[in-house]
Amino acid sequence: MQPLTHAPTTETLKTLPGDDIRQVLWRMEDRYDLAMLVQSVRAVARGPVARLVAGGGRLTHDWTPEKNALLAEFDAAGITAAYMDPDCGGYLEGPKNFALALIAFELAWVDAGAATGSLAGCLALAPIHEKGTPEQKAHYMELAAPGPGKTPWRGAFALTEPIPFVGVETGMLSGRVRIAEWNEGEEPILEVTKRGRFITNMGFANFVTAAVDSGDERIQGSLMVILEEGDPGTFDRGAPTKKLVHQLSSTSDPVLNLRVPAHRIIGGYQIKDGKIMPTYNHGEIIEAVFRRTRVTVGVMTSAKLLSAVEPLIRYHRDRFRGSGAVPPGSPRYEFGLQMKEDVTHRLIDIWAAGEAGASLGFAAARLFDDLDPLERERDRLLAEQGIRGGMAALKALKRRNVEAIEFLDQEAKLPTLRDQERYEALKNDPIVQSIVLDAAANVLCPATKLWNTGYGAQVMREAVSLMGGYGITEDCPGFLGQKWMDAQLEATYEGPEAVQRRQLSVTMTNEVFLAQYRTWIHELRRAGSRHPGTGACTLATAMEMWLWTLNHLQHNQDAEGAKLYQGNRQGVTFPLADALCWLVASRAQILDVEHLAEVGPRNPALVDGLDGTLQFLRDLCHVQAARAAGEVSRVCSELVFGYRRHPSWEDTECQSCFAENELTALEALVPGASGFTSEYVLDDGRHESKAGPCARHEDLRDFAKLRAKLDGCMTGCQLTKDRAAGALTRVMIPAALDYPQ
Amino acid sequence: MSFEIIVCGGLAPDPLQTLEPVPGPALKNEMMLPAVFDPWAAHALYEAAHLAAQMPGSRLRVVCLAPKAKLQQVMMKMAQKLPFELIPLDGPSNGFSDAGPTSEALAGAIQALPDVDISRLLVFGGWESATRGAGVVMQMVGERLGITEQFLAVDEVKVDAGALVIKERVEGGQHMVSRCAGPPAVLAWATGSLPEPPNHPQTGMANMRTMMPALQKAAAVAPANGVAYHEVALPKVQRETRIVKDLSAAEIARELATWVKE
Repeated sequence: MQPLTHAPTTETLKTLPGDDIRQVLWRMEDRYDLAMLVQSVRAVARGPVARLVAGGGRLTHDWTPEKNALLAEFDAAGITAAYMDPDCGGYLEGPKNFALALIAFELAWVDAGAATGSLAGCLALAPIHEKGTPEQKAHYMELAAPGPGKTPWRGAFALTEPIPFVGVETGMLSGRVRIAEWNEGEEPILEVTKRGRFITNMGFANFVTAAVDSGDERIQGSLMVILEEGDPGTFDRGAPTKKLVHQLSSTSDPVLNLRVPAHRIIGGYQIKDGKIMPTYNHGEIIEAVFRRTRVTVGVMTSAKLLSAVEPLIRYHRDRFRGSGAVPPGSPRYEFGLQMKEDVTHRLIDIWAAGEAGASLGFAAARLFDDLDPLERERDRLLAEQGIRGGMAALKALKRRNVEAIEFLDQEAKLPTLRDQERYEALKNDPIVQSIVLDAAANVLCPATKLWNTGYGAQVMREAVSLMGGYGITEDCPGFLGQKWMDAQLEATYEGPEAVQRRQLSVTMTNEVFLAQYRTWIHELRRAGSRHPGTGACTLATAMEMWLWTLNHLQHNQDAEGAKLYQGNRQGVTFPLADALCWLVASRAQILDVEHLAEVGPRNPALVDGLDGTLQFLRDLCHVQAARAAGEVSRVCSELVFGYRRHPSWEDTECQSCFAENELTALEALVPGASGFTSEYVLDDGRHESKAGPCARHEDLRDFAKLRAKLDGCMTGCQLTKDRAAGALTRVMIPAALDYPQ
Repeated sequence: MSFEIIVCGGLAPDPLQTLEPVPGPALKNEMMLPAVFDPWAAHALYEAAHLAAQMPGSRLRVVCLAPKAKLQQVMMKMAQKLPFELIPLDGPSNGFSDAGPTSEALAGAIQALPDVDISRLLVFGGWESATRGAGVVMQMVGERLGITEQFLAVDEVKVDAGALVIKERVEGGQHMVSRCAGPPAVLAWATGSLPEPPNHPQTGMANMRTMMPALQKAAAVAPANGVAYHEVALPKVQRETRIVKDLSAAEIARELATWVKE
């Protein structure tokens, strides 16, 4: 084991972490393409976007010329083309998940509606990019790529939002596809009817990728289809949605009734026995799309939390300046509200949550970048075996889970103890690797979407409240009030919180994920050993408790004998999913700071002030880890104990309680002997005044030990918070916010 | 007709990000701020790119003396604005760098370029620097390169029948117009008239393919400092930052004038 390298430092944060620190934290120190993208997007966000927000651009639901002008800004800044591959007019090589997450982060730092608007175009293209035929990809990517003197085509993605209050179930598609014409030897012509609701980019989209169900026995199942504004029929963009948030994105409720050739079916089709068989049903396509784009939504909310730090520090410091009653140089003048511990402590909570969310979101995005090529290779290999998607692929992959777990076991060992040949074979097997990454991605993606947005919205409210009445005005620096409201939409769209919890309740029990999860516990213990003070060890104990609880719930019943962990028992599965999110977010934050500690000293640009920055970021980790541990502890206790019936005085075992005088006599004979029971009957035949006998759970001793251990692990976390809060009073900040410019 | 244009520049702390002084032991350290390409040199670069675009076959290079890690960060933004080649020199770039050694390093780097055609050479740079307004570096670079045609506080250059028509700022808000027969010449720019070009990541990607290897190989330059600083103190300023919306330029100017009079 590495010797302890942690040396307590008196250094503290000197300036807010800048790009050079962020690049290392988020593992893009070698990606100048991404660093440039960040700069480019930032200029748009803090320039035109911020000016539009400050100018009241959010105050109308309509798609105004001023809002529309942002699209040209996105094109010019390379935001639109960031999604394209270089051979289709783009400029970034390889997978784009991380790049899109960074775009979302930078835009949402100022206004998440702008982020949504830019990303919705990618969302429309994503079905084509992920599952389209080569011809579809070439055609639509070329149309959508910006170029000199060219106005790119813009798209909208229409899934299945039903019109409210008309009895439509959300699990059903609201669109239908029928065969309008099918002449012998010719391509079928489809009639597509789709009513959408809350469709982003619809105010200006040139094409729509729409999910529809078959309304014709000659078409198999569901599919996704590309609709163009020039197609014969109705392309009604609909009225703008009267949403309260994200007003810089265009959203409306379109009515589409169009005739299109069958080659617009995304992914193509075959004809078997006179029936159109789409290559992919709509579910397969949207799964491939959403599992990536949901991460960017989560990152948006985290950007807001981090963006709130600087305006809040400035507001708190300057609170009493300018008043004749507070002379310059006095503590009240210099520190303002920061003299109050509550203010700095709450801001530390906001900052820590923002760091954890960003770390989690970017880790998930990077994971998808790693997974993308593996998935394609996996699909190719499966296709060689005659397996093309669907259940057959799932079964084939499940058979390889054993090898994935074997790989994880080997990887967890010291290199000298590994079966190196076997390890290398598994490491170089794209199917095994795709299973490993897929299992993690299937947890990290919904966790990012759920925790970053859901908890983020709560924390954003806290940020607004720390700004006082100013927070809920349009003039609030950093647009905090708008960001708070926007966060609620982020928690909802692309799958509301219940959908993410539902997904997690399945994917978090995947054996390959759990095998990784166990290695993560050891990884955190080692990190805690190298650098005490990050809360890594606390988090590892909380992770053990979560795992213990999951295992307990999976193998035990409630007081009625009903199984505890099952799909429709959301009172069990959903809180446990929530608890897991806290853990993975805190873990991601700690790992990022560990990476900074490792790489930072070698970077000359970081050396000045690095010790203080690291100390502060570690303190934030510790604060967040303690908070996560507390949440996990609460959830696990509720679930483990909460489904047992509390004993009652009426229970049969209470009929044989000792009488008070019997215990007194016994105690006189054998001092201390009465300690074996806490329940007894008073002389008048009543039990003492409480709800019943205290609950005792001999079978839960291990859990009780874990809880006691976790409680002990909290030691020092508030001291850490004090130190971090103190840093907030000394950190140097710019004289004014850098937006709107 | 085409030119060899070489722009000399350094870095400066982002002037929009000045740190708020905080009482206590924490030392104000502007080097911890995000850096930008020196605004004066940046104007020179925009003008140089404009001139190069007008004169087909021209070549644009930037010699930059700065800590290379910081320079790399700055290039993430600058490289997106226009196409140019970077010749980085890894060394100090701050208000304590003396003009003599700095000009020596810059001129040396230009002289070391194997393929410079001196008869087509235009050396551009900032009239002064945001880190230190010595205002002499470009003249000294010119002297070291043996270029005697030197123009200071330039706001405009046009090419007329092979000659350079140059506007220099002089006192009283006037411009002096000179006609120079042609290169070689040194032009130390004031603000020029061109705005900051928008970011264009595709241009940046093309630039960075050559810039990153150049940055990795950047020669360390430690200019001998001929000046000793015995004491440095920050000016005592009363900062009165105020953020206003919907105020016209005339109103802002009136308010500033009133404040100055007070």
